[in-house]
Amino acid sequence: MEFAFTEEQQELTEAARNMLVESCAPAGLRAMLETGVPLDAARWGVITEMGLPGMLVPEDAGGLGLGVGDFIGIAEAAGYAGLPEPLVELAGVAVPLLAGFADDRGWLERIVAGGIVAVGHPVNPFVADADVAAALLLGDGDDIHLVETGAVTLTRQESFDPFRRLFRVDWTPGAASLIGTGWGLAAERGAVLAAAQMIGLGQRCIDMAVAYAKERHQFGKPIGSYQAVKHLLATVQVKIEFARPVVHAAAVELALGTLPARARVAHAKIAAGEAAELAARTAVQVFGAMGMTWEVDLHFFLKRALALKFAWGGAATHRATVTSRIESLPIGPAATFAAELTAHAPDVKFQGMK
Amino acid sequence: MKLEYTEAQRAFRAEVRGWMEANVPPAPLESFDRTREGFEAHRAWERKLNEGRWGMVTWPEALGGRGLDLIRWLIFEEEYYRAGAPTRVNQNGIFLLGPTMMEFGTEEQKARFLPRMAAGEDIWAQAWSEPGAGSDLAGVRAMATRDGDDYVLNGQKIWSSRAVFADWAFGLFRAPGSERHKGMVLVLFPLTAPGVTRRPIARMDGELVFAEIFLDDVRVPVANRLGDEGQGWHVCMATAGFERGLLLRSPARYQVTAAKLAALYEARKAALPASIGERVAQGWMDAEAYALAIYAMCSRLNAGGKIGPESSTNKIFWSEMDVQLMQTAMDILGDRAELMPRAPDADGAGDWLADYVFALAGPIYAGSNEIQRNIIAERMLGLPKG
Ligand SMILES: Cc1cc2nc3c(=O)[nH]c(=O)nc-3n(C[C@H](O)[C@H](O)[C@H](O)COP(=O)(O)OP(=O)(O)OC[C@H]3O[C@@H](n4cnc5c(N)ncnc54)[C@H](O)[C@@H]3O)c2cc1C
Repeated sequence: MEFAFTEEQQELTEAARNMLVESCAPAGLRAMLETGVPLDAARWGVITEMGLPGMLVPEDAGGLGLGVGDFIGIAEAAGYAGLPEPLVELAGVAVPLLAGFADDRGWLERIVAGGIVAVGHPVNPFVADADVAAALLLGDGDDIHLVETGAVTLTRQESFDPFRRLFRVDWTPGAASLIGTGWGLAAERGAVLAAAQMIGLGQRCIDMAVAYAKERHQFGKPIGSYQAVKHLLATVQVKIEFARPVVHAAAVELALGTLPARARVAHAKIAAGEAAELAARTAVQVFGAMGMTWEVDLHFFLKRALALKFAWGGAATHRATVTSRIESLPIGPAATFAAELTAHAPDVKFQGMK
Repeated sequence: MKLEYTEAQRAFRAEVRGWMEANVPPAPLESFDRTREGFEAHRAWERKLNEGRWGMVTWPEALGGRGLDLIRWLIFEEEYYRAGAPTRVNQNGIFLLGPTMMEFGTEEQKARFLPRMAAGEDIWAQAWSEPGAGSDLAGVRAMATRDGDDYVLNGQKIWSSRAVFADWAFGLFRAPGSERHKGMVLVLFPLTAPGVTRRPIARMDGELVFAEIFLDDVRVPVANRLGDEGQGWHVCMATAGFERGLLLRSPARYQVTAAKLAALYEARKAALPASIGERVAQGWMDAEAYALAIYAMCSRLNAGGKIGPESSTNKIFWSEMDVQLMQTAMDILGDRAELMPRAPDADGAGDWLADYVFALAGPIYAGSNEIQRNIIAERMLGLPKG
């Protein structure tokens, strides 16, 4: 039992985090909106060079052969940075899905080289980043198709988050595009990685509010010296501190695919969603009227947090998973970790998932 | 990151479980906050635990422990709560003073006090708060006046848990003429020493959960000082870190409560709205989140880390979670929630009431949650002092 990241994991996360935060300043985000480019080519080049899209690609296909647990801190950093590019879903959802099929048709190698594949999972009504993708993974019943973007019709659906490029996809399944069957754990991966991004987004909102609260004076003092303001921010920080370990555990346990593992993912999504939303709302309160404006950068992070709260299943869906875990499996001390609820606990009757 | 126990850890769990199954009293002991008999029954349980060498598993073997790491401690706690074993009457000793003594005590003090503490021979109370010094603990006025090789203690302490029947107390005092954080000393004194008067304070439900302590020229040797002269504040803050952050409230406690709450709900579900079910599920999630956070913290401490400001985030989380859990139980019990444990038809309702009352104190003791929020804002977030 060791609930801590290894030194290598920490170093890789730290390097990716520094790169993302430095290269993704809010001024750059605004410039992207003005020029209308969907993707910052220079940043995507660096992301690709660092090997981030291929982290979960098996080593024999040219990737790093790592798991969601290795990537979770980078997803948090992508949230913190408000990264517009589709790194998280590409590396964390599309790649493991492709790697699970008998033949990836060379797409994993293309992803390692900087190519983008978008995911149209049935849990989400629209496909994010379809326009920058070379191909889309789309479902037709249980069948999964890999369709080149040129072969589908995309209709843009404006999101509150200007960097979330959502599309309705009209397409016709054909025998040639069929690549495999079953989404496997794609929805769980999507949910836990959205949760990690929300932890980052929440922390960013707090950090922005703290910086403002030190600067802005009223009644002759910084507003951050008032207890009412301090306590609002402390309350959010507590929420984040108790959502983050759930997200980390979910990332590690996810691969088990059992009900306790899926319930952990659900819990992570609920807790991170609530923390991020509270953080964003609290930050607006601390900024006062400025917090409501387009001019202050806060809204970029608020919007992403709001969108991700509902992407990959909202709270109601995830609560149902939590409830079925509570009702069908042992709870209490000694029934915490998903791995122990399968093989090892001697007095535990394990009921597998459907 | 490995969220799986080793075979050795699983074997340890089985060993604890076996011992608890064979030894935990089948019926709950009488409260240690009501009568001497109840208190002594809990002391007897501590002796029995110690005979199995379960008093404090993380302590070195020479001091009555097993020299185990914090993950084993968590496993021990899980099995302890799972078995429904009695509440630790010596928690202020083993969870607060013990680790502090490990850090600041002399070898002589450790050998003198810790094995007896692990065995329940000395039950300890914490004597820090005073009528004029609650949240602002640096305002304590009780005096330790040096007289040769002795201290002479004078003053008044209040809210001292278990002090009604306990044997010893660790008190915060100051040198004559000193102010605020300077000149403080932490002194250990027997509650039976000449010049000590104890007055029980009844909680709102009548339980004698704490006492006032009056000190009138109480003489103790200087060897009873923990840490250096003038270092009292520093020593106390280390204790407070253990208290808020980890040892006092292990996650298993809340996981058991959440499981009991789920059972209570299950039995009465038909008559209740679905919104209550959501709160029960939230309680389970909160208890899990706390457990995961503590496993992460213990992994870090095992690797040589120190408890930082997360002792404040932890304290807020466990105390507010406890209130939520108890409120949900009261809402499930509905028109029976007001029944005292002794009411003929209480049918277990009164135990939830007692726990509810206790939960109300969580946001107050171990440093109020308002103070913890100040600490988080100033030390974690770096906001300016008011
Ligand atoms: C069940 C229980 C057991 C206890 N056991 C012990 C024990 O064993 N030994 C011991 O020494 N003490 C014990 N205490 C005492 C406890 O440590 C104090 O109650 C606590 O420190 C608060 O002090 P106070 O009660 O004097 O409240 P006060 O300090 O008077 O506070 C009253 C209210 O004002 C708020 N407040 C105070 N200062 C500030 C500030 N700067 N900013 C914002 N809000 C503020 C507080 O948060 C609180 O809500 C116990 C208390 C309880 C309830």
